[in-house]
Amino acid sequence: MTDQAAPAPLIGPKRDLAPLLLPLAIAGFAFLLIGSPTTWLTLTLAALAMGMMVFVIASGLTLIFGLMDVINFGHGAFIAIGAYLAMAVLGPLAPWMQADSLTLNLAALFLAIIAAMLGTGVLGYAFERVLVRPVYGQHLKQILITMGGLIVVEQLLHVIFGGDQKTMALPTALRGAVLIGNVALEKYRLLAVAVGLLVFLVMQLTLNRTRIGLLIRAGVENAEMVEALGYRIRRLFVGVFIAGSALAGLGGVLWALYRETFTAAIGGDVVVLVFIVIIIGGLGSVGGCFLGAILVAMMANYTAFLAPKVALASSILLMVTILMWRPQGLYPVAKR
Amino acid sequence: MADPLLRLEGVHTHIGQYHILQGVDFTVPEGGITMLLGRNGAGKTTALRTIMGLWRPSRGAITFDGRAIGGVATPDIALAGIAYVPETMAVFSDLTVEENLILAARSGPIDPRRRDWIFSFFPAMQRFWHAPAGVLSGGQKQMLAISRAIIEKRRLILIDEPTKGLAPAIIEGMISAFRELKHEATILMVEQNFRFAAALGDTVAVMDDGHIVHRGKMADLAADEKLQTRLLGLALDQHQ
Amino acid sequence: MQNGDAMISALLSHDLPKSKVLAALLGLILLGLALAPFLFPGAAAINTAAKICIFIVLVASYDILLGYTGIVSFAHTMFFGIGGYGVGLSLYFLGATWPIVALGIVVALILGVALAFIIGLVSLRVKAIFFAMITLAVASAFLILATQLSALTGGEDGRSFRVPELIRPATKLLETPVFGLEITGRVAAYYLIFFAALALFLVALRLVNSCFGRVLQAIRENELRAEALGYRVVYYRTLASCLSAALAVAAGCLSALWLRYTGPETTLSFAIMLDVLLMVVIGGMGTLYGAVIGTTLFVLAQNYLQKLMGIASAATEGIPLLPRLLHPDRWLLLLGILFVLSVYFFPTGIAGRLAGPPRKEESQR
Repeated sequence: MTDQAAPAPLIGPKRDLAPLLLPLAIAGFAFLLIGSPTTWLTLTLAALAMGMMVFVIASGLTLIFGLMDVINFGHGAFIAIGAYLAMAVLGPLAPWMQADSLTLNLAALFLAIIAAMLGTGVLGYAFERVLVRPVYGQHLKQILITMGGLIVVEQLLHVIFGGDQKTMALPTALRGAVLIGNVALEKYRLLAVAVGLLVFLVMQLTLNRTRIGLLIRAGVENAEMVEALGYRIRRLFVGVFIAGSALAGLGGVLWALYRETFTAAIGGDVVVLVFIVIIIGGLGSVGGCFLGAILVAMMANYTAFLAPKVALASSILLMVTILMWRPQGLYPVAKR
Repeated sequence: MADPLLRLEGVHTHIGQYHILQGVDFTVPEGGITMLLGRNGAGKTTALRTIMGLWRPSRGAITFDGRAIGGVATPDIALAGIAYVPETMAVFSDLTVEENLILAARSGPIDPRRRDWIFSFFPAMQRFWHAPAGVLSGGQKQMLAISRAIIEKRRLILIDEPTKGLAPAIIEGMISAFRELKHEATILMVEQNFRFAAALGDTVAVMDDGHIVHRGKMADLAADEKLQTRLLGLALDQHQ
Repeated sequence: MQNGDAMISALLSHDLPKSKVLAALLGLILLGLALAPFLFPGAAAINTAAKICIFIVLVASYDILLGYTGIVSFAHTMFFGIGGYGVGLSLYFLGATWPIVALGIVVALILGVALAFIIGLVSLRVKAIFFAMITLAVASAFLILATQLSALTGGEDGRSFRVPELIRPATKLLETPVFGLEITGRVAAYYLIFFAALALFLVALRLVNSCFGRVLQAIRENELRAEALGYRVVYYRTLASCLSAALAVAAGCLSALWLRYTGPETTLSFAIMLDVLLMVVIGGMGTLYGAVIGTTLFVLAQNYLQKLMGIASAATEGIPLLPRLLHPDRWLLLLGILFVLSVYFFPTGIAGRLAGPPRKEESQR
């Protein structure tokens, strides 16, 4: 009531480029430590691939938070569901996967991804309806309920698919690496980078060029004003929740293929990285999430080579350092 | 006398455990500008937010254009034809001026004639058309917030302290803009700046401590200094 | 008799169970645990009883954070682990004597509290969600660190070690059995655990009923108002987080002494974090008696529900899906559903239900 409308800072969030130098700095620094250019390139590609997968999973979560102040601690469940659904689809398609034809391989993968995204999207809708909706605005209960949902989903996956470790082999054409000079670039990692970039691109276009996208960005900043303009923010939020869940499903497929074995707990490991990423990026910011994913993945891959024992600890270190520099993350979202 | 456009009857609003509105009755006649005045903390902002559905009234009736809107969801109230300019302006700072207005124009693309009409009294909107709203000055943000409310024709516009923190020159510009606006929409405005209110208002309601304590013509209140002192306190005009 | 009542009341910090049923249940649990070696002979039963004692402390300490302060941490098992590794590694490397045990406890306490302090300072200023996410990340990193530094911690396998003579299973303390029970070092160890846990629980009870505890609850109910009254919210939250960590470290120490083993699975894993969460919520947040009830119920379920489910699973052989649903490994499914239902329908848990009609809850934001 009393604040004198302070003049806004003259720099818009879009012109803030300093954080973009971070990945370059880390990559450069790692290059000096690693020494061998080929190893460095391989690791960097691995980092980019991993970063893209983490980004795909994290982007939905950060928007869900931005819009409705909801953090879904059960987000990992959709990663697992995506992986299992893909496995179920790829089972009958095994001949396509083993055929020595890139087209057939990709077709099989495409079908699996579609199934996984549809399935996780529908389940995301149910999850929002049953678990999240009754506890809007109550953070403590939200954390507990979504965590409970995660337990239940993981257990149900065991009931349906059995509790043993599953394997998901890469299709024939995506195994191995392409050699450029004496640098080996793994084919699957290239694919993961491509898929991740595609998702990022589509997301950027949606957020910047469509009315829905504008509404999402406006809603992240001030949901109440979006309602006062005559839009139902809840409907928008449910849509984003579904899309976020579907993206987690996609991420789950990619991640399971990357690791080639998984259990229902597959989401747990990733979600830790995902949380670090969205904290680093600034809760609610898609751009920050993209950058954060690359940073965390770089840190993870370089340290896995240089000092394997402290891989995850290095991500924590990165997070703490960044939070000391910018307590709200790299690209804080202007809130109300 | 014709039915008023908006009528509040015995409206109570609680925020958490605080009882802010304690039985508010007033009407806004169709056409012209109604001023809602009162000291700080009297409940003016809460009254606007309650009309807009951003707080739920715990008791009482709100009727807009013959339709009960008490307890109706905010988007439906907006769709019924009420626009809202909050005290915080609430421009979307990550979006450009154009994008802010695209969202405000619900029914389709922005009408270029209407856009030019807005440019005619808020030229800054044209200059910063493609700039993110975050870079605008306080006054320009206020202009954008008002532009958002009028980019399409609405029946009633709720405006919360449009002059707050603005330079006198900008306030003069606002006065002429509102004079233009009141030909096509009814305006309910909360204001602290009495001179501004007196220059624009047709009718007035004064709030104190969660109640309406005075209703009448703005001109009458402007002419009666004793009444002003009693209702609004001495310092009101000076401290702006 | 009145004297005795007054003493009990003082011991319980005048926070008496709110209903007769609750009091009776708690009395039963206390009696059962106090006489467990005599009432339920056999290694499995005494193991269960000891686990209940240890987890009551752990769960109560978590409730100070979750129920009384209203913050969610996922790093609580990290402190439990620090206690376990502190005592375990001291005994492993330095020999099995009581001074070494004491040294381990002290080092673990210092480390645990310092860590809680740092985490609190970095992340308690912001939203509950932030804290939950950061603690989750830190705990995962700690778990991986503990498994990676295998020269020190024994890696995935953990460390088995000898405990001081008095509480070794092979030690015979009395020549003649008492009520048919051989008084071995194992029995001594059990009573060490039992009394230590009892004392720690009473300390926790004292804590939440002190002025400090009331400020915490005021902050939980309305942060802004507490701040307006002049309480420094960050200070109180950080202190609560440190005290809670200290109690968890102590529980970890007890666990190491009982198991004579410390490893990532038994002390640090996320599965245990979930168990603790389930115990607090099902038992009842915001009442330490809930921790007792929740823990007892959960540990008993963990050990006996599984057997029951095994039988049910075998009995439903042939029906599709049902045997799998009732497979002993799926007991967590039932508890997960129970957990979700508790958060919705009785946020004060079993203890809160037994204590009387639910109070009107405020939404917290």
